[in-house]
Amino acid sequence: MKWSEFFVTGEPLIYAADVAIVLTMIGIVFVLTYFKKWKWLWDEWLTTVDHKKIGVMYIICAVLMLFRGGVDALLMRAQLTAPNMKFLDAQHYNEIFTTHGTIMILFMAMPFIIGLMNIVVPLQIGARDVAFPYLNALSFWLFFFGALLFNISFVIGGSPDAGWTAYFPLAGNEFSHGVGNNYYAVALQISGIGTLMTGINFLVTILKMRAPGMTLMRMPMFTWTILITCVLIIFAFPVLTVALALMTFDRVFGTQFFTMANGGMSMLWANLFWIWGHPEVYIVILPSFGIFSEVVSTFAQKRLFGYKAMVGSIVGIAFLSFIVWVHHFFTMGAGPAVNSAFSITTMAIAIPTGVKVFNWLFTIRKGKIRFTTAMLWSLAFIPNFVIGGVTGVMLAMAAADYQYHNSYFLIAHFHYVLIAGTVFACFAGLHYWYPKMFGHILNERLGKWTFWLFMIGFNVCFFPMYFLGLMGMTRRMYTYSDGLGWTPLNVVATVGAVLMGIGFIVLCYNIYYSARYGERDMTGDPWNGRTLEWATASPPVHYNFPVTPVVEDIDAYWVMKKKYGGFHVKEEDLKPIHMPSNSGRPFWMSVAFFVAGFGLVFKWFALAIAGALFIVLGLILRSFEDDDGYYIPVDEIKRMERAARKGA
Amino acid sequence: MGEAAHRYDETMPLEYRTQESRLNILGFWIFLGAEVALFATLFATYLVLFQRTGSGPTAGELFEVKDVLIETLLLLTSSFTCGLAIFEMRRGRMSGLIAWLLVTLLLGAGFITFELREFIHYVHEGATMQTSAFLSSFFVLVGTHGAHVSLGIAWMILIIIQLLQRGLTAKTARKVFIVSLYWHFLDVVWIFIFTLVYLLGMVI
Repeated sequence: MKWSEFFVTGEPLIYAADVAIVLTMIGIVFVLTYFKKWKWLWDEWLTTVDHKKIGVMYIICAVLMLFRGGVDALLMRAQLTAPNMKFLDAQHYNEIFTTHGTIMILFMAMPFIIGLMNIVVPLQIGARDVAFPYLNALSFWLFFFGALLFNISFVIGGSPDAGWTAYFPLAGNEFSHGVGNNYYAVALQISGIGTLMTGINFLVTILKMRAPGMTLMRMPMFTWTILITCVLIIFAFPVLTVALALMTFDRVFGTQFFTMANGGMSMLWANLFWIWGHPEVYIVILPSFGIFSEVVSTFAQKRLFGYKAMVGSIVGIAFLSFIVWVHHFFTMGAGPAVNSAFSITTMAIAIPTGVKVFNWLFTIRKGKIRFTTAMLWSLAFIPNFVIGGVTGVMLAMAAADYQYHNSYFLIAHFHYVLIAGTVFACFAGLHYWYPKMFGHILNERLGKWTFWLFMIGFNVCFFPMYFLGLMGMTRRMYTYSDGLGWTPLNVVATVGAVLMGIGFIVLCYNIYYSARYGERDMTGDPWNGRTLEWATASPPVHYNFPVTPVVEDIDAYWVMKKKYGGFHVKEEDLKPIHMPSNSGRPFWMSVAFFVAGFGLVFKWFALAIAGALFIVLGLILRSFEDDDGYYIPVDEIKRMERAARKGA
Repeated sequence: MGEAAHRYDETMPLEYRTQESRLNILGFWIFLGAEVALFATLFATYLVLFQRTGSGPTAGELFEVKDVLIETLLLLTSSFTCGLAIFEMRRGRMSGLIAWLLVTLLLGAGFITFELREFIHYVHEGATMQTSAFLSSFFVLVGTHGAHVSLGIAWMILIIIQLLQRGLTAKTARKVFIVSLYWHFLDVVWIFIFTLVYLLGMVI
């Protein structure tokens, strides 16, 4: 292989990116060395098994990936603003919409949600950590190095270019010659293994580690949605694992699963992909529903309306999510009987979703509403998400779908559910739990600026796309000719995208501004919260709770405040606390995964085997490890509690 | 974690006594649930593709009955001896435990040997993974099971070493128990492979 094939060449944008990457890396190394922070980085972050720190790292990565995916989106909007644009060529455009989709779903939405659940779930159930803290660190680093492997593709070897769904035969060797789709198969595989382990970890945590008195039907709604999401992950992600493995076999070892000759069946890929892919969209939306439930209940200052109906509808949605996948390709030609069945199951999802929407509305009704930034995101979610949902029911009608299929109508629909659902929820959750993560509140004034810019920009960007779709504009076209009448709406959409970009910049500035000047949260309970995470200090001491809280009802902390005036800890009740030890192994094992994956992408099998041997070594060392963690003595707990509570 | 992590319960079998062990065992059961989904996907793929033979041989033309029967016998017996190992562990008999684990391991190794022989035979007949969609799905499904068994053998060796080093403790007992769950699971998968791949292939 020649160097000119190894590095991506020929595009000024890519050269600029190369320079930016090298400068950023030099900058990071310089800052860490100058301020002597290498040891701090290793001891406090790279080797940590603390669920709160792991959660923070997930969210930092998610925000970075939101930036990367957002830049992709702006490049696409720039190209589509006017007819016959030459800003990007067809190949470059293909790569950009592929990486935009893949990054936004798997490396932005997923880690944002998993980050929030890492920080919040153990606190909400009154636990000291997750069931398997070491595994949790491994999950994070596998996600991190999977994302890294995917992201380097645009400067080394070339990005995948067959869409985020990577349909065959387009994604096969016949039509995609480069290494781009190998990156797709291998990088998603690595981070997917991490996600599966997270699902198992949190399912055991929620089932087995709840505080005394917290029965399943007293759990906070966010924890409920995570419990069900874990079940979805456990049954959906193995399907992705297999699909990606088969793709790797086809592309790297020349098997015939999805090829066009020797019996291969390309639609098998589409089926496997969506058997994972449809539950996947519920994996990112159910936790979002949980976040909105928490925020709405807190800021309407009322108990969540219809708790049992909420639980039932989550379970119903999760069940239905496994039996709707064919609606992604009604045009495959499975026939009226199959299409009708999947059409009905798809429409049926609107029922439990509708139940949830009405429950949020009834929670707000007669509440004493406080319009915080988190609450604004939650209130905006309801009408915007309903627009996405109703157009979803339109798409669910199989016969009509032959018109909408793969048009901008579909693009508008899924951005209305994914942005108004998941992205709004991530922002709501970020503002809501930010004081719990960092000990200070995100500035509300800037937060509201972000909200209005982003929310208005979102509607300006995506609402016209419904009409562009009905006018015949299909997805993934890299340019269009003059005279089709699409130009004005495309200009409007680009303006909206720019507004969203400005909103994101304000959010980043807010993070900086609030760190320097933001209001410190000395109480641990800045929002007058209802669930147990607000019973801890902000940020919580690493063992979370000095003694395990006892739960008496739904909204456990609210009940404590009403009955006893808060969560009180008597010093004589303190006992030594057992905590897990840090480990550097999850980090270096994930580096080995990265190396092995890189070797597989380029078919450098010696490198791949070398990486695999280090993975095996890591497993053996773990098996022989005899480290049962350590105890924090009572005096130390007393000292830390006083330090955390000073000023309270 | 917390004090709960080291709550020791004398009334339970050795492998269930610490809270940490109970969490690990439940976590492993859930992992096996994910494995069920993984193999179900591979089986579905195989059933979709097994009659799509292209220009290659069909299942009926290819399969070697004798090797498959020996493999089945070896693996099913190994599951039984693995159960005997746990039985000895529950009685607190270290020598019996290790002896039966070694028998299990040898039977597993025998299974792998015959499976490799079978695969090499097919390849010599010109039936490789690249020949047709049927053979791709056959080799990946049966090969994934075989890779699982090989991993199980390596894992069991590590645990036997730990048993010899550390004796039978709550922690080593839990490890033996979990590897036995894994081993029985692979036996169940093989029954499906035997039925849906080999028997079906020879009938249709």
